[in-house]
Amino acid sequence: MTRPDSKENQEEHWSKTTRLMFTHLGVWIFFGYVIHMFVVPLNKIVIPILDFPLGFYMAAQGSLIVFVVMLFVFARQQDEIDREHGYAEED
Amino acid sequence: MATNTSGASSDFIRNLGRMYGTYTGGFLAFIVLLAIMEMVGVPNKILGYLFVFFTLAVYAIIGVMTRTAEISEYYVAGRRVPAFYNGMATGADWMSAASFVGMAGTLFLLGYDGLAWVLGWTGGYVLVSVLIGPYLRKFGAYTVPDFMAFRFGGNVARMVAVIVLVACSFTYVTAQIFGTGIIASRFLGMQFELAVFAGLVGILLCAMLGGMRAVTWTQIAQYIVLIIAYLTPIIILSTKNYGIPIPELTYGKAIAAITAREQEMLATGLATAAGLKPHTQPFINYSPLNFFGIILCMMVGTASLPHILMRYFTTPSVREARQSVAWSLFFIFLLYFSAPAYAAFSKLEVYTNIIGRDLTAVRPWMFAWGELGLIQVCGKPAASIDAIVAACKAIAGHPGVVRLQDFVINTDVIVLSTPEIAGLPYVISGLVAAGGLAAALSTADGLLLAIANALSHDIYYKMIDPNAATIRRLTVARVLLVIVAVGAAATAATRPSDILAMVGWAFSLAMAGNFPALVMGIWWKRATTKGAIAGMIAGFGLCIFYLVCTRYFPGVGVKYFGMTSLLNATTGLPLVDIKAAMALPNAMESWPTLAHPMANKVGWFNLNNINCGLLGAPLGFLVIYVVSLMDKEPSAEMQAYVDEIRKPRGRTVLEERT
Repeated sequence: MTRPDSKENQEEHWSKTTRLMFTHLGVWIFFGYVIHMFVVPLNKIVIPILDFPLGFYMAAQGSLIVFVVMLFVFARQQDEIDREHGYAEED
Repeated sequence: MATNTSGASSDFIRNLGRMYGTYTGGFLAFIVLLAIMEMVGVPNKILGYLFVFFTLAVYAIIGVMTRTAEISEYYVAGRRVPAFYNGMATGADWMSAASFVGMAGTLFLLGYDGLAWVLGWTGGYVLVSVLIGPYLRKFGAYTVPDFMAFRFGGNVARMVAVIVLVACSFTYVTAQIFGTGIIASRFLGMQFELAVFAGLVGILLCAMLGGMRAVTWTQIAQYIVLIIAYLTPIIILSTKNYGIPIPELTYGKAIAAITAREQEMLATGLATAAGLKPHTQPFINYSPLNFFGIILCMMVGTASLPHILMRYFTTPSVREARQSVAWSLFFIFLLYFSAPAYAAFSKLEVYTNIIGRDLTAVRPWMFAWGELGLIQVCGKPAASIDAIVAACKAIAGHPGVVRLQDFVINTDVIVLSTPEIAGLPYVISGLVAAGGLAAALSTADGLLLAIANALSHDIYYKMIDPNAATIRRLTVARVLLVIVAVGAAATAATRPSDILAMVGWAFSLAMAGNFPALVMGIWWKRATTKGAIAGMIAGFGLCIFYLVCTRYFPGVGVKYFGMTSLLNATTGLPLVDIKAAMALPNAMESWPTLAHPMANKVGWFNLNNINCGLLGAPLGFLVIYVVSLMDKEPSAEMQAYVDEIRKPRGRTVLEERT
């Protein structure tokens, strides 16, 4: 998979990296801010069995779980981009 | 000295799992041993001492065993800490006394609004991984100012970065040593000032001889103690009350019960509509602007705090730096998503077993805290039934049962008192104290190291004496560490008050000073030296001005800078009557105490001063952008370096002489 360290390769690698960055920041903004702006309507929904109001739950646990999962996914995706362009470190 | 050959060190890394596994087993066995000692009648005070001294001794032994005389070991632990373990160390580095002791209390008091801190102190790791951390690892710096100096042409940028680093880390470390003092004085009955300096010795033993290497391996040990200590009481409580040992799932039931009880209290006159703050109702303590402001400032601050960023300098590769950020957040998450459970269980206990009870029938667990003045009933410390009854009799028309407005609890008590509320043996209380101490010590270690490294590496070695020999550099680093530590302890001993606000300030300062320059330096090749320096000074300057002015010169802020009173989030009314306050003789007083009528209560746009980063960081970005465009484009060489930082493969950009 290793490609030569050409200017095109480098630019392509960086534009993919940038796109990945914006995707993750988008998810981050949604779960860090946007969803909590709707806490009042969300609190009217109660999670069955557990009894949490949904708006409260998202701020206390939901968004946190998303962040953790997101970081593991990001580490894998960025590594794939690096490998594809031959910029990954040796294992 | 302890210079390992590479063969011995890879053995060391391979054996980490067994070593820390044995350690965890040993710690659990130690708890069981103390539980048995408690059953045969060893007094509580001795158990408390054993807990604290045993754990401190373990940290000190690790600190001494991992001492080093190698520069790269001292500054970046030899860059071979595996992602998983670095994640654990970062977790301990991150979670401070404010998280361990203070967070659950804040959630107890503020309900939903307190979750701003939970969100803010977790989501920032997304920014660390996506925007900054792995790139700094590839760059190969020892300190954050190292990067600034290289990317932005020399010692002016380095100096500004050092000032930002010292300002935010020192504010933060003072709060930690303060926390250490509170825990030690409460559980060991030491005098507060003495406890502060005792805690300091513990910190120094860990950090002084081995630098980053020693701090890394002790922080892992500290993480294990603190997470066991934090989770044990609520797991037992959850099992007792709901039959399921996962408090994070069962506290939803507690919240439902709290909400029902709130309505009942209002209906029976135990609480007034003005005094009751429903647990799940948003934006009654913070306005939406301040709520989201805190989230943003804490998140961005996370990605700018040097003691956190430098943890990712220690991984063996850029790939592992990214994985390590994910592990860090996982280990932090374990504590943060449990904190609201503490708050909910405590609140339910207070609402059902204290509020509404006859004065003579309240639960006795609160008297121990009442004696310390941390729980008050009817305006007086709740030291005994007689004291409560006497205090409430003095209030005209008191019904003889505890009402919500009669009851005041200090937020620090929530976590520390949970074992007693649940009727658990004292050994669990001692465990919680040891956990709190581990949290405060580990954060203080990381912060002190960040400050001392910046002073010894950036100021002394890079600016004063670039030819200094290794031994001399390490000696300077150690001496500076001790000096900074003693300075921080001396500041803490003056009790600057309110840990949460001080920690918040540190985040905002880091955000305003570092974030724009770090992000632009990596993501925008066109950013120039002049632009970055101007941006850092402008952003940091505005933030610190807003902070210092609203806290220490509120009169000046109102008179000359058009500041107005902050507003009450529920009623929308001003917190202070500015006209009346300005007419007081002390209106223009400088450096007043928190008792000053306007201190921390004035500002622009109703913006709490914890959120001063919200003013500073956008200005920093703007200034860097505008000044850079007016300036000459950075050299082709510098742009090539930036390309190099963006590719994980290959050598680090900066190669340190060791």
